[in-house]
Amino acid sequence: MELRLENLTKIFTNRTGEETKAVDNLSITIESGTLVGLLGPSGCGKSTTLFMIAGLVKPTDGKIFFGEDDVTKLAPEKRGIGLVFQNYALYPHMTVYKNIIFPLENLDVPREEAIQRVKEMADLVGIGDLLDRKPSQLSGGQQQRVAIARALVKKPKVLLLDEPLSNLDARLRLQMREEIKRIQRETGITTIFVTHDQEEAMSISDKMVVLDFGKEQQYTHPQKMYNSPANLFVAKFLGNPPINIFEAEIKKGYLMINDKKFVKLNIPDGVYDIGMRPENFRAHDEGFEVDIKDIFHIGRDTMIYFQFNGINVRALVDSDNVTIGQKKIGLTIKNERIYIFDKKTGKVINHD
Amino acid sequence: MIKFIENVKKFLMKVKNSIKNFFWDIRRILNNIKRRIGKFLDKHHLNFASKFPGWAKALIYLSPALAVLAIFTFWPIINSFALVVYENYNMSNDTITGYTLFGNFITVLTDESFIVPASHTASSAVINTLIIVFISVPISVLLALFIAVALNSIKVLKGFFQTIYFLPYVTNTIAIGLVFAYMFKTDGGLVNHFLSFFGVNTEGLSWVESGAVYWRSMFVLIFYSIWASLAFKIMVFLTSIQGIDKQYYQAAAIDSTPKGRILTKITVPLISPMIFYILVTSVIGAFKIYNAIVALFGVTGQPSGVDYSLQSIVMYIYQFIDGSNAGNLSVAAAASLILFAIILVLTLVQMQASKKRVHY
Repeated sequence: MELRLENLTKIFTNRTGEETKAVDNLSITIESGTLVGLLGPSGCGKSTTLFMIAGLVKPTDGKIFFGEDDVTKLAPEKRGIGLVFQNYALYPHMTVYKNIIFPLENLDVPREEAIQRVKEMADLVGIGDLLDRKPSQLSGGQQQRVAIARALVKKPKVLLLDEPLSNLDARLRLQMREEIKRIQRETGITTIFVTHDQEEAMSISDKMVVLDFGKEQQYTHPQKMYNSPANLFVAKFLGNPPINIFEAEIKKGYLMINDKKFVKLNIPDGVYDIGMRPENFRAHDEGFEVDIKDIFHIGRDTMIYFQFNGINVRALVDSDNVTIGQKKIGLTIKNERIYIFDKKTGKVINHD
Repeated sequence: MIKFIENVKKFLMKVKNSIKNFFWDIRRILNNIKRRIGKFLDKHHLNFASKFPGWAKALIYLSPALAVLAIFTFWPIINSFALVVYENYNMSNDTITGYTLFGNFITVLTDESFIVPASHTASSAVINTLIIVFISVPISVLLALFIAVALNSIKVLKGFFQTIYFLPYVTNTIAIGLVFAYMFKTDGGLVNHFLSFFGVNTEGLSWVESGAVYWRSMFVLIFYSIWASLAFKIMVFLTSIQGIDKQYYQAAAIDSTPKGRILTKITVPLISPMIFYILVTSVIGAFKIYNAIVALFGVTGQPSGVDYSLQSIVMYIYQFIDGSNAGNLSVAAAASLILFAIILVLTLVQMQASKKRVHY
C-alpha cells in the first residue's frame, strides 16, 4: 500500500509556551512494498514522524494518506499498522505465544486460524521453538523477532520500526538487519524503518529520507544520496570516515587550493564550501601535490592527513601507492566527486 | 539604586561563597583527621574494622533497631507463649494456681462471645471480624484499583483529585469515626435526611444508635472501614500504575485492544505484585480492626438496647487487659495466638494462590 505524507507538521509546546518544530512540512510518498529508512541525528523528528503515521501522536498540521484514504484523524487501532518499538514493549507477564496472539484476540479471527497464523509468523521470524518462554528468558535478538512477529501477525498494511536494532550488539545488529530485509521481502509489506545509524539505513533501505530539525533534506535511493548529496548536511551525515569539508575560492573558473590551481570548474567565481570524500582521492604522480602531515597504514588502505586551505583533510588511498615515511604525494579526484555547496544555503551547486 | 542592588547581590554572593568555602574546608579537615586516625590505627594494628568479620559489623549496625524490636516485639511474643500455659494468672499480684496446656484456649473457644454466639447475643467476635474482612477487603481493593485507574487517566485537576482521595489517610481515625457516627444519626443525620428525599420513611431508622439492626450497624462499619482504608491503597496502586512503561499502552492501542482488556490483561498483571502486597496487608489489617469500631460504637462495641455486640477479635482480647475482664492475661494471650494462627493460615493460602497470578 502506498503511503503519502502531505505537509506533515508537528509543533510541541512546552509549559513556558516555547514552541519546537519537531516535524516541519514533511511531504513524501512511500511506494507500495518498499522499505524506507527514516534517517537523521537524534532529535530530528524521525520518531515523531513514525508515531504520527502510527496515530500515537497527533499532527499539528498536514495529512497522512494510506493509499487513497485520509487517515490523519483515524485512531491508531483503525489504521491497520504494525509497530515495533525501540525496546520492543513485549508484555513481560505473557509468554511469547500469548504476546504474538494478543493482537489477534481483538480482531475477528477464528481461533484455529489465529493459532495457525501465530505459528506461521513464529516460523517466519525463526522463533518457532520459543513460544512457551517469557520475554525475560529471551536474548535481545529473540525479543526483537517476537516484537516483529507480533507486529506482523495481524497482517498490517504498513509495518513501522522504531530504531529496532539500537538495543542489540554489533554482530547481532548486522544479522537482524539482513533478517528484517528478508522478512520484508517475503511479506512484501510497506515498511518504514527509523534509525540514526547511516550505515544501517543505507544497507537496509530501498529508499531513504534524511531529516534534520524536522525538515526533509533528501529522499532518494541510498547510493544515489551518497554519490550526489543534495546539501551540505546530507553530505556530512553520510559516509564513514566523514566527508572533508573546507572553504575555497573559485577564481577565473579555477578551484584554488593552497593558493594553487586545483581543477577547472564550470561555476561562477566566489567562495564556496567544498566537499571531497576521503575514499574518492586517487594517488597519481601527476596529481595535485600535498605535504603529508600524518600517515596511517590500515591494511588494504592508507589514511593520509594533509591540509587544504588550513583545514585538515583525510584521504583514503591504496596502500600500494604510498611508502612509509613518504613526505609528499600527488592526488587526483574525479570532477563529479567534488561537491560544491553554497555558503549561505548549503545547497549543492551542480557543475560541469 | 540599581548600583545599590547590584552591590547587595555581589555581597550576598560573597557571603554564599564564603559559607560554601567554609564547609568545604571543614570537610577537608575532617577527612584529613580521619585519614590520620586510620593511618595511626593501621600502624599499631588497632584497626578493628578490618579485624571484625562481616556479620559482626552488620550486627553492630543492626543493634539499635534490634534492641527496640527485642523489647517491644520479640519479648511480648515470647511472653504471650509463656502466658498461655498459666492457669488463673492474676496480674495484680502476679500469681498462678498452676499450669495448663490447652486450658486457656478452651476458655477462649468456649466463651459465649468469641466464636459461637450464645443465646442472649446475636453475634461473636470471630463472626464480626470475618464479616468485616471478607466483605470490606475485596470491595476496598477493587474500588481502590478502579479509582487509581480512573485517577491515572484523567488529565485536568489530577493533583486536586489525588489530594482529595488521599485526605482520609492523614485524618485521625477517631475523628472520622465520629463524623460517620453523626452522619448516620437517627434524628437529623445526613444519611437519613438523604434517604427521606427518596420517600424512605426514616422515622426511627437507626444505624448506629439504640435499636439499630445488626446488619445496619455492620453496614456502617464496613462502609467506614472501606472508606478509611481506601486512601493508602489508591496511592500505592496509582504510583505503581504510573510506573508502567507507556509503550505497553501504545502497543495495546495499535493492536486495537478494548479498554477493559487493557485493564485486565496489561495493567492488573503488571501491578500484580503490588495488588498482592495490598491484599495481604489489608487482610491482616482488617483482622486487627479495633479503633474503627471504638470510634463508631464506643469501647463496648455495642449500640444501646441491642442484643448483639460488634466486638472484633482484638477488642475481645483487649477486654482482658483493660476492660470488663481486666487481669486475665492468659486468656488474652490464648486469643491472640488464635488470631495469629488465623492470619498465618490465611496469608499462606494467599501466597499459595497468588503463585500463578502474580508476575514479578
